[in-house]
Amino acid sequence: MRDTLTGSRIRERRQIAGMRQAELARRVGISASYLNLIEHNRRRIGGKLLVDIATVLAVEPSVLTQGIEATLIAALREAAADAVGQQAELDGLEEFAGRFPGWAGVLAQMHRRVVSLERTVETLSDRLTHDPHLAASMHEVLSTAAAIRSTAAILADTQEIEPEWRDRFHSNLHQDAERLADSSKSLVAYLDESDSAGDHRGVPLEDVEAFFDANGHHFPLIEQGGPGAEIDLSDLDSATAKSLTRDFLDIYAADARAMPLEDVQAALAESALNPLQLASRFSVDLATVLRRLAALPDGYLGRPTGLVVCDASGSILFSKSAPGFAMPRFGEACPLWPLFQALNRPLVPIRQRIVQLGRTAAVFDCYAYAWPQFVSGYDEGPVYRSVMLVRSVEDVAQDEQAVARVGPSCRVCPHSDCKSRREPSILSEGF
Amino acid sequence: MSRKVLLIEDEPNIAEAIRFLLTREGWQVETHAEGADALQVIQGASPDLVILDVMLPGKSGMEILRDLRELEDMQGLPVLMLTARGQSRDREMAENAGVSRFMTKPFSNTEMLTAVRDLHAQATQS
Repeated sequence: MRDTLTGSRIRERRQIAGMRQAELARRVGISASYLNLIEHNRRRIGGKLLVDIATVLAVEPSVLTQGIEATLIAALREAAADAVGQQAELDGLEEFAGRFPGWAGVLAQMHRRVVSLERTVETLSDRLTHDPHLAASMHEVLSTAAAIRSTAAILADTQEIEPEWRDRFHSNLHQDAERLADSSKSLVAYLDESDSAGDHRGVPLEDVEAFFDANGHHFPLIEQGGPGAEIDLSDLDSATAKSLTRDFLDIYAADARAMPLEDVQAALAESALNPLQLASRFSVDLATVLRRLAALPDGYLGRPTGLVVCDASGSILFSKSAPGFAMPRFGEACPLWPLFQALNRPLVPIRQRIVQLGRTAAVFDCYAYAWPQFVSGYDEGPVYRSVMLVRSVEDVAQDEQAVARVGPSCRVCPHSDCKSRREPSILSEGF
Repeated sequence: MSRKVLLIEDEPNIAEAIRFLLTREGWQVETHAEGADALQVIQGASPDLVILDVMLPGKSGMEILRDLRELEDMQGLPVLMLTARGQSRDREMAENAGVSRFMTKPFSNTEMLTAVRDLHAQATQS
């Protein structure tokens, strides 16, 4: 069977290498437009040209023809970066993935599972602190357990106990056992519900984000000029979630009109990512550019991107997760995020490379910008909002930018000497 | 002379078990299950020791303790606090509020009796 995706892989590897299409074309002696056709799988490629392209991209030709997926390589890199006390041979990473694709897949899968489990721990920890329903349920379970423990110990340890006390304690034990069974079931059902598709967590913003996640943060109907009002919101339970989603879709539609997808694609093909340049080219503010970049389909930017929007109080209004970038479930993020730094310097574009401490210690490029949400009248101060685009960094070693150390939120941040810490971390050494 | 303990706990079966244990130890046990009027009940009962749950209807045990320690004649009253949350910051909050001993549910009967004996012994020595 003829491989039809070699062009896509070339494009993927070129973007990972941060190389412009024109530059790659020049180095292998073909025109940019011909390379464009190849990258969109509209021209077959093989022989010397394939070898030349592979050489420039510093990969084996088989990587382009057989396709070691970039996601697998990225996952292996993350696994290597997270390894404690083990130095992986990064130079041989692609050779390893090429020679032992099965083992490489297993390793990547295990790493993803570890990351997912860590996220679950963070989420549960967040919930224990902030979720009133969960706190009340835990209190109920522990109080009942305390009653059972005391009563059972009395019955077991007391040599002579009056029959009326004994009968009463037996009855209490029975009653408490029933209660414990009920409250445990209800607690488990609540926790299970939160991970299911039909989630009824009662937090509208989470429903909104789940809706956007389910759609990949991209809405072809709106991109084609259709009205956002036609998007089906029937999966959303509450009127609040529907209303919030409608508001975010309106913003999405306005951004899409200001920066049409094809034009953005063309701009990105011409030069490396530069949000300020895009703002100038499309005559829009930087906030629009950052939101728009986060709404592009997978692959447009080469690396995964996330987005966070907050208001002047620091409350997170909207987020799109980026792999490896931990976001707290109920706000209360790390105050060192560029998102919040931008609020201190409204209208000043901020670009900062950060390492998010924690088990993964992942590195990201962040672009942040705070803009006035509205101006209500003369002599009245504007209320600002802030937006941050988060973009994972592939090769940290080659970069010379200063890297700021930030956390996800204090509870799951290992930076014990942080002057901005609000509360102790639950992470112990070696966690 | 009989020693009196005031047990403020809204969970009836825990209250019953503790009442049984302490009565056998020679304590006179009074129970109360509301947070809102707990301060007045403590003042009215003049107990030798208070066992106070944190999560109570009407007013939290932490607030009751803070208000109690503001009263001049209640500074030295031993207070054993019970909670289902044993995190360090809860413990710290209770210590700042003036707790004498902090105990996390579920506790053993021996722990409970030892704590009550220790607290009473310290109070009578001082």
